[in-house]
Amino acid sequence: METPLTQHIRQDGAPLYLKEYEQTGGYEALRKAVTMQPKEIMDLVKDSGLRGRGGAGFPTGMKWSFVPMGDKAPHPKYLVANGDEMEPGTFKDRLLIEGKPHQLIEGMIISAYAIEADVAYIFIRGEYTEGSAIVQKALSEAYEAGYLGKNILGSPYSLEMHIHTSVGRYMCGEETGLLNALEGKRATPRAKPPFPQSSGLFGKPTIVNNIETLSCIPHIINNGAEWFKKLSLTGEGGTKIYGASGKVKRPGLWELPLGTTVREILIDRAGGMRDGLKLRGFLPGGASTDFLTEEHLDVNMDFTAVGKVGSRMGTGTIIVMDDKTCPVGFVHNLEYFFAQESCGWCTPCREGLPWVEKTLRSIEEGTGQMEDLDILDFHTKYLGPGNTFCALAPGAMEPLQSALKYYRDDFIKHITEKRCPWRS
Amino acid sequence: MLSEEERKEIEEEFKLYPHKQAAAIEAMKVVQKHRGWLSDESMQDLARMLEISVEDLDGVATFYNLLYRSPVGRHIILVCNSISCYILGYNEIYQALSNVLGIRFGETSPDGRFTLLPVPCLGTCDHAPAMMIDKDLHRDLTPETIGKILEAYK
Ligand SMILES: Cc1cc2nc3c(=O)[nH]c(=O)nc-3n(C[C@H](O)[C@H](O)[C@H](O)COP(=O)(O)O)c2cc1C
Ligand code: SF4
Ligand code: FES
Repeated sequence: METPLTQHIRQDGAPLYLKEYEQTGGYEALRKAVTMQPKEIMDLVKDSGLRGRGGAGFPTGMKWSFVPMGDKAPHPKYLVANGDEMEPGTFKDRLLIEGKPHQLIEGMIISAYAIEADVAYIFIRGEYTEGSAIVQKALSEAYEAGYLGKNILGSPYSLEMHIHTSVGRYMCGEETGLLNALEGKRATPRAKPPFPQSSGLFGKPTIVNNIETLSCIPHIINNGAEWFKKLSLTGEGGTKIYGASGKVKRPGLWELPLGTTVREILIDRAGGMRDGLKLRGFLPGGASTDFLTEEHLDVNMDFTAVGKVGSRMGTGTIIVMDDKTCPVGFVHNLEYFFAQESCGWCTPCREGLPWVEKTLRSIEEGTGQMEDLDILDFHTKYLGPGNTFCALAPGAMEPLQSALKYYRDDFIKHITEKRCPWRS
Repeated sequence: MLSEEERKEIEEEFKLYPHKQAAAIEAMKVVQKHRGWLSDESMQDLARMLEISVEDLDGVATFYNLLYRSPVGRHIILVCNSISCYILGYNEIYQALSNVLGIRFGETSPDGRFTLLPVPCLGTCDHAPAMMIDKDLHRDLTPETIGKILEAYK
């Protein structure tokens, strides 16, 4: 089984710096890319089937194709790597940032070349102090080796690349919130259209891609679109860094073919539940995805299959809920996060999420009433897709609506018994 | 007054952006690095340097979790209160910290050593529960190990 993204990452996670990265074939893809036309690279990425790994799964080649190209295109154009990673239960990009920084940088240079960008930013959350120090060192190495700066590898192409370390807010990960943060403003989202591809950072054409997405690019250049497609089991293209956390025997991260079943991830890799515990449910890809249960263990973890059973693959990092964890407390914890991190830009989310949070809190504490379930149902509809400015609120409703479906009896038990059955 | 060193570092940041305002967050980080927090006075100095109103700058400062508009202790403890840490006993970790330090979230210990703050998922969920003290990540925490960890921060 091939694991291009994580191959050579050390067991202890210590970074692969330039020499070692080059010894493993690093920057060969860049050498090849600068002899190609930007359009060729775009087509190759399109044909590979690569879809964004930041959660929404938008086809990467297609996204790039909306950038204005050629002599008449506005400049400077920007490429931004999204390394905010504040979604609870998501910890995959950290591995790539800390373990293989040059893979990210090489992927970014090639991607920037493909859209004829002049400047690239690596946006990393502030708490990833070690990661940003590692990337900073790797950046200096790349400049020194002539992979960055003026006339890269003797070609006519030039690119500047900088790190921006964030100061903490979930909304910084949202594509347009991130652009505002980079401009030194509050990370509130922007109205679309115009889309960032035509008017993004400082009003100029901009592409924002996830760290894992960008890390795939050198391998597509080296090995071709067909190879990339065949890495996956279900045709969506590539491998995926899956993860599991919660009370499983071996929490962790594994790069596996895209479309690997949940069973293989949770049972074979994560070792199943800790002794004495049963699987009650799981969020397939971070805090803003719908619960799935044991009956979904044989679902292939890809964008289409997980969508078909009513959830999303999201970031591919599974959060496992065991039978000794209270589902109401679990969902309350998630909604507390979303309510805190709402940017306050639009009313439904700013007002609705705290209401949801307080309602869940009272149910969990044993002071809830039956009508509260209607209030929660109401919110899952009115904070759902199409009613708010960005995807934060609809994302927040995904675990709630599915919990109300799968664990309704637990909610009712809290209300009738006027206590949390999980607390002694 | 901003120090010479602070000014120099901020001017370096200006070079990375097409206009000064875009460096607002970076500039506040510089001051915070030197002074620990952002006082009203330094906000005024910064606003002047960035050529924006102090209200606008404050609007940015108050939006973000890691910019501090009131004094903090010598060390900042960020405790993850998100889902995987919640499942694996965040609550006991918080209780242990709170007991040892005699403070709750948002407070600074009377000796000025620690400020205790919650933080969303630290991206190390496979080693939950987790916390950060200054730049150091501490993982797989148990209530028993808390005291020992704190000893290293004088
Ligand atoms: C509230 C919110 C937070 C997000 N956080 C992140 C993040 O931390 N990292 C990320 O790559 N994408 C995040 N996204 C998704 C981005 O908006 C965007 O879709 C993604 O960066 C695009 O990259 P991709 O096409 O390579 O997946 C977030 C979205 C929302 C609504
Ligand atoms: S949905 Fe929430 S986070 Fe998104 S713009 Fe509205 S208030 Fe802000
Ligand atoms: S939930 Fe605590 S580190 Fe992710």
